[in-house]
Amino acid sequence: MSIVTSDIGAPQRRGAHTRGYTPAQLAVALLIAAFLLVFLIVPVGTVIFVAFAEPGGGLTLSHFESFFHISLMRESFWNSLYVALMSVVFATIIAVPLAYFTVRFRFRGALLIQTLGVLPLIMPPFVGAVAMQLIFGRSGSVNLLLQDAFGISLPLMDGLNGVIFVEALHYFPFILMNLVVALSNVDSAMEESAQNLGASGSRLFRRIVFPLAMPGYVAGASLVFVKVFDDLGTPLVLNVTNMLAPQAYLRITSVGIEDPVGYVISVLMIAFSLFALWASALALKGRDYATLQRGGSSLAKRSLGPLQTVFAYAWIIFVLLVVLTPHLGILLLSFAKVWSFSVLPDAYTLQHYGTIVQDSPMMIWNTVLYCGLAALIDVILGTAIAYLILRTRLPFRRALDFLASAALAIPGVVLAIGYLRTFRGVELPFTDGELLTSSWLLLVIAYAVRRLPYALRSCMAALQQLHVSLEEAAENLGATKQRTVTRIVVPLMAGGMLAGFVTSFMTAAVELSATIMLTTSQSAAPMSYGIYLYMQSAAGRGPGAALGVLAVLLVALGTYLSHRFLRSRAVDLDRQL
Amino acid sequence: MKIALFGRRLLAAAVFAAMPLATHAQVLTVVTSFPKDLTEVYKKAFEQRNPGVKVEVLNKGTSAGVAYVREAPATNKPDIFWASAPDAFEVLAKDKLLQKYEGKNPAVPAKIGSYPVNDPEGYYYGQALAGYGLMWNTRYMKANKLPEPREWADLTKPAYFGHVAVSSPSRSGTTHLTVETILQGEGWARGWAQMLQIAGNSAAITERSFGVPDGVNNGQFGIGLVIDFFGLSAKASGFPVEFVYPSVTAIVPANIGLIANAKNAELGKKFIAFSLSQEGQELLLDPKISRLPVLPAVYAKAPKDYPNPFTGKIKAKVNFDSDLSEARYYVVSSIFDQTITFRHKELVAATKAIHDATAKLHGKNNAQAQKLLTEARELAFSPIVGEEKAKDKEFLALFRDTKRNAEKTKQITGLEEYWNSLARKNYARAAELAGQAAALAR
Repeated sequence: MSIVTSDIGAPQRRGAHTRGYTPAQLAVALLIAAFLLVFLIVPVGTVIFVAFAEPGGGLTLSHFESFFHISLMRESFWNSLYVALMSVVFATIIAVPLAYFTVRFRFRGALLIQTLGVLPLIMPPFVGAVAMQLIFGRSGSVNLLLQDAFGISLPLMDGLNGVIFVEALHYFPFILMNLVVALSNVDSAMEESAQNLGASGSRLFRRIVFPLAMPGYVAGASLVFVKVFDDLGTPLVLNVTNMLAPQAYLRITSVGIEDPVGYVISVLMIAFSLFALWASALALKGRDYATLQRGGSSLAKRSLGPLQTVFAYAWIIFVLLVVLTPHLGILLLSFAKVWSFSVLPDAYTLQHYGTIVQDSPMMIWNTVLYCGLAALIDVILGTAIAYLILRTRLPFRRALDFLASAALAIPGVVLAIGYLRTFRGVELPFTDGELLTSSWLLLVIAYAVRRLPYALRSCMAALQQLHVSLEEAAENLGATKQRTVTRIVVPLMAGGMLAGFVTSFMTAAVELSATIMLTTSQSAAPMSYGIYLYMQSAAGRGPGAALGVLAVLLVALGTYLSHRFLRSRAVDLDRQL
Repeated sequence: MKIALFGRRLLAAAVFAAMPLATHAQVLTVVTSFPKDLTEVYKKAFEQRNPGVKVEVLNKGTSAGVAYVREAPATNKPDIFWASAPDAFEVLAKDKLLQKYEGKNPAVPAKIGSYPVNDPEGYYYGQALAGYGLMWNTRYMKANKLPEPREWADLTKPAYFGHVAVSSPSRSGTTHLTVETILQGEGWARGWAQMLQIAGNSAAITERSFGVPDGVNNGQFGIGLVIDFFGLSAKASGFPVEFVYPSVTAIVPANIGLIANAKNAELGKKFIAFSLSQEGQELLLDPKISRLPVLPAVYAKAPKDYPNPFTGKIKAKVNFDSDLSEARYYVVSSIFDQTITFRHKELVAATKAIHDATAKLHGKNNAQAQKLLTEARELAFSPIVGEEKAKDKEFLALFRDTKRNAEKTKQITGLEEYWNSLARKNYARAAELAGQAAALAR
């Protein structure tokens, strides 16, 4: 099948390749659109509709009215806002000095900082929360030591404080990474001009460097805001439910799928996500400080003075220590026999890992299966969408991009509620009346839809870096479009696709929001749910921690692999040019 | 081309995905609020005895479990509901979501105390017994020099301020039972007064019932109000904790029942029979489980010191009335949430002020200060809904109706909002009065 409508006579411009599209491409586009429509637009649309729907038909704001009449809901609303904002504040306090050190100064600590940027991300926040409770909690190691030495104790993990602490520690790398990129893109010419005009010191930073790096910061900060606002697992594990995400979960699971309040919360959560994303887009777009030459020298690097060195290292080491506590804590817990009201566990054992291997190998396998399938779907869809956008002139290709990326703004809880409502009572074909809503397939789809934007970005980047002349060369040599795609495009994109696969896989592996709502049976549960489940009993704490350690290792491995793929991809590109 | 390639891959994925669904093992679906430690043991034992059978465990909180059973489509109901709270079974039976059948083990006594072990109508069967009590962390108690409590009333003492933890009845069926037991044992007004004082002494109102024993296990809290197996199993797992039954406790059965229109009803009956048999009951003695069997013969195999409710060693003074409990289920939950859970900060502040004033007034004879203090106590520790009102059928019906229209929702939220703001006002006033009383003592 090769109905090539290649327009040979059309002017060929660099990058913007002008050809039409084949019916096959149109079909692929329609299939993808149908998938996104059924599994993203309709469920989310249903959620929004129900929030405004009158029981007898018609639209109403009365559900919102009763939402704001319930003081718990008002409280949850403010708490969610407060926690998300405070998390951003604390993440900023941690990240800004680190970013500044990296970009501004020439010193060895930069490597440490890079490590710092990855360590928290490999620890799912709800797993870290358990360990943080044992170390920073009311009778945690730190407070026991403080109590002994000074008779004081810090309420680090009490209520909302705990959520803020855990989230800030987990998500500050988003700000760090964005800020480092933004700062290193600041052209030294700008700084020099300012200096020539007499600015220096804090004035230089305030008036020149800071505004120039602002868009990067806002992008990172809004990402942190959205993530914290949507997180369900951390508050649940820390026993905090007077926030929006836990309330949505509790209303829908215990009051029932008909409860309008759950939908009102969902709509509010979507609104806040959209707002934060819009703010970040605005920051990146509206205030374009693009400097004339890119790739020029970045900010002048200085050497640190002795006092500065001490301060920088002290801060880095302090942050590193705090960042490492959840990792250390969960590791200790997974080996601990009994850990109660003591600085360290009483005795150690390997038994918990034995329990996992014996009782729950299914969970590990399920995670691999679900996340693998989801990541596969993501890469396939991502590649296809990227190809359609960059290489065809399908009329609605931008809409496809928008649709696929819209998932970014949809919290996991909301998507899950949408699925439960939309697919209520739908039976799977070829089974003995098994319900779609109680099947793990829905979990795979939820993972795939939510991770699609990330995979799509990787695939787009990979395809953008691939010069179209390679495809033209193949076609000139007589290859059909199909052959070009399979033999040229896909192999050359492999690095980016793999990176997309790995990102999708590992973020799905540690996601709990949709998981906790869509998992029904134990045998079909993935690891993330298993960790949560184990943590519900005294004897389960150890095995839960052991499973958590395995999850961390899995994510760490994934992170490492994706870095490798990206690097080898870069090497390939160099060779290719 | 592309389509074909993607199509083939997707198809392969789909076929791969559908495979496990297509295999026709007999699957038994159990909806339960019990932890994995318990369900895993039963799952393994039952699967071993019945080759070719797979037990699917669906872990849900009690109320989430009830909602799940109710919302599952008629053609696809799970098979078994297995949970602690008898009220949940009452709700299910009333809604005809359970299936009546004759399947009891004749060796199981008909009654524990005056409470029937099995549902008299045959909708569900007692599978284990549970009492409610106090669990504490011995290391925590030693470090904070706290005496060991014996009774609920002990927890109202100033010494325990900030060391107690309870959960909320709206979140946990077992906590609901505990609260209801205290209300029935002490009477509505005295029961609430006690509950409010205990909550005022609490460091936290945890969101899950397991949050309490978990916090006691790792030493975050000193003492917790828990269902017995949480304490017993933690102790058996090596945690430095102790557990006692206070005299105002009730022993009630944790039940198991066959769901109406169960997909695999015969297998379900088999599972229930197994769980009630000598073998099935012995599994309860597993240290990780540590629940009280309903079959008296099994206690012969129990370790020494294992509590045995059939010998009268646990003085369960309260004869639990599950009809009463069910009738006011939502009211009790809602009052607790509005006046305790959501106003905990204010309640704690009032409690602290009252404790401080009491300490200052100790041994002094200041009638006016005493009067202020009594008034403060009155304000802080009285139920927001009087006993008469709590018996009012119309009032109870408002909360019981699960089919809520916009009008009713508004009525209920309005009432809840009123309780909430009144509680806040009362606590603030109580703290103020206690402060005045303390000032007078100087």
